[in-house]
Amino acid sequence: MKFSGLRIYTIGYLIFLYAPILLLPLFAFNDSKVIAFPLSGFTTSWFSQMWADDNLWKALKNSMIVSSSVAVLSTVFGVFAARATTRFSFPGKGGILGLIMLPLVLPEMIVAMSLLIVLLAIGFPLSIFTIILGHVLICTPFAVAILSSAFQSLDKSLEEAAYDLGETPFSTFRLIIFPLVMPGIISSLLISFTISLDEFIIAFFLGGNETTLSVYIFGQFRFPAKVPAIMALGTILVCLSILLLTIAEYFRRRGLAKSGGKDTGGFL
Amino acid sequence: MAKPTQTGRFRDTEAASGLALISPTALYATLLLAAPLATIIIYSFMTDGNLSIIWDFTFSNYIETWTSKIYRSIMFRSLSVSVAVTVLTVLLAYPVAYFVSFQVAPDKKSLWLFLITIPFWTSYLIRVFLWKVILGYNGVINSGLISAGVIDEPLTAISYNVQAFVVTLAHAYAPFAILPIFVALEKIDRSLLEAGQDLGESKFRTFLRVTLPLSIPGVAAAVLIVFIPTIGDYVTPNLIGGGKIPMIANVIEKLMLKGDNKPLGSAIAVSAMIIVTLVSLLFLFLIRKYLRAVK
Repeated sequence: MKFSGLRIYTIGYLIFLYAPILLLPLFAFNDSKVIAFPLSGFTTSWFSQMWADDNLWKALKNSMIVSSSVAVLSTVFGVFAARATTRFSFPGKGGILGLIMLPLVLPEMIVAMSLLIVLLAIGFPLSIFTIILGHVLICTPFAVAILSSAFQSLDKSLEEAAYDLGETPFSTFRLIIFPLVMPGIISSLLISFTISLDEFIIAFFLGGNETTLSVYIFGQFRFPAKVPAIMALGTILVCLSILLLTIAEYFRRRGLAKSGGKDTGGFL
Repeated sequence: MAKPTQTGRFRDTEAASGLALISPTALYATLLLAAPLATIIIYSFMTDGNLSIIWDFTFSNYIETWTSKIYRSIMFRSLSVSVAVTVLTVLLAYPVAYFVSFQVAPDKKSLWLFLITIPFWTSYLIRVFLWKVILGYNGVINSGLISAGVIDEPLTAISYNVQAFVVTLAHAYAPFAILPIFVALEKIDRSLLEAGQDLGESKFRTFLRVTLPLSIPGVAAAVLIVFIPTIGDYVTPNLIGGGKIPMIANVIEKLMLKGDNKPLGSAIAVSAMIIVTLVSLLFLFLIRKYLRAVK
């Protein structure tokens, strides 16, 4: 192993990236209401305080409904768009795809506010359903990006062989294409789920009285006494998201191995 | 057999299949994105009434947006924060991407990228809040420096201000900068670098004349991916600045909801989008000019 300047710099950078996350467990187990050094003692009471809060469970339930619906809907929309753009050429393709991908480059506040204004104007009641509507909008571009690369690596001759052997377009999709892009679909589901779970602005403004997990966390930050319990919650969330990411990475690699692609790493 | 009709023939074409297949997604984006955006553009030219919109065409919202001292200074603050964040993030990220691409063994690259992306998948709100804990008056840095005897009183230059926003956002957007640069560096044909050095260039000159220009598309992508969303950040000014140092997203929120001046809020939102687009286009133009100059 070589200890070049660049390696030391990169390790320093990783410390910067991990600094806030490393603090989480410290304060989650710290026996003090104040989030500051020096640490005073070990306790697990923040975890039990967090566990006993009914509002947390309500928010968690809402988040699960929102994030899983968003994951499924954006992946379905993503499959349509990715399949259409990788397989066919049609007029206005760039423009349509541009519109679908637009939320990637639009400040979320503008997406949230423009949607909110329209919903208020037509008198549509705000609920977790409206959060789902907004989240699908911002997760679909990610689904399209992931699924496009999955569809792109498909060998067109496999599909043609299926047609020659008498399969219908639908059965070809079900028997040939779908299994081959399955790993892409799974990582799209997981990533849409994670983005939706973490999203705050749309959930905050489009949710009406309903809170999701991120809205709940934001609300708790207003009360200093509640913050240690949020540190405990954060610690658990970090562990869960590392678990989810590891699963996503596993499927991505399996997908690459299946299609014989080269591992370039990363989700983007 | 009946003669194929116009529509029948059209249905069989490739264009029709493509359009039919993309239509659900396109329809969704049209109804829930294009239509709302069109609405705020229309609203921005309307007159504000009490709890309602008066359908009276006017430019006054834009005039107020662009002449009012408050809105101009908030817009300027948002713009300078996001420019500072972009420059800092991309400069800090480049060596990391370079290291992973050029000095890490191919089979270890995924692992490094995985390590870089993990912190980014944990709750954004909690990460922002933790920067307040690190940078605050009695935060990690201040209490550490005081107990080490370096300073007697907390440093105020790092707490609850614009500099703290920049650090927090530079952290939040780090992976967005590293990944595109990494992808661009990966695409560079390594034999070009050898050729450069065989022809007598130093390593540094090879970097400046071969690697850097070839990685510019990745740098450009990184700049845009960081710059565009940071200008609209809402959480950082709220949690770190305690709402006392608003950025443009906070103003838009306030005018749209509590302030009940949707036309003015819309005009500010539209102006922000226009500024972001213009700055991005200017940047792309400069990049292209630089690439042409290098060639």
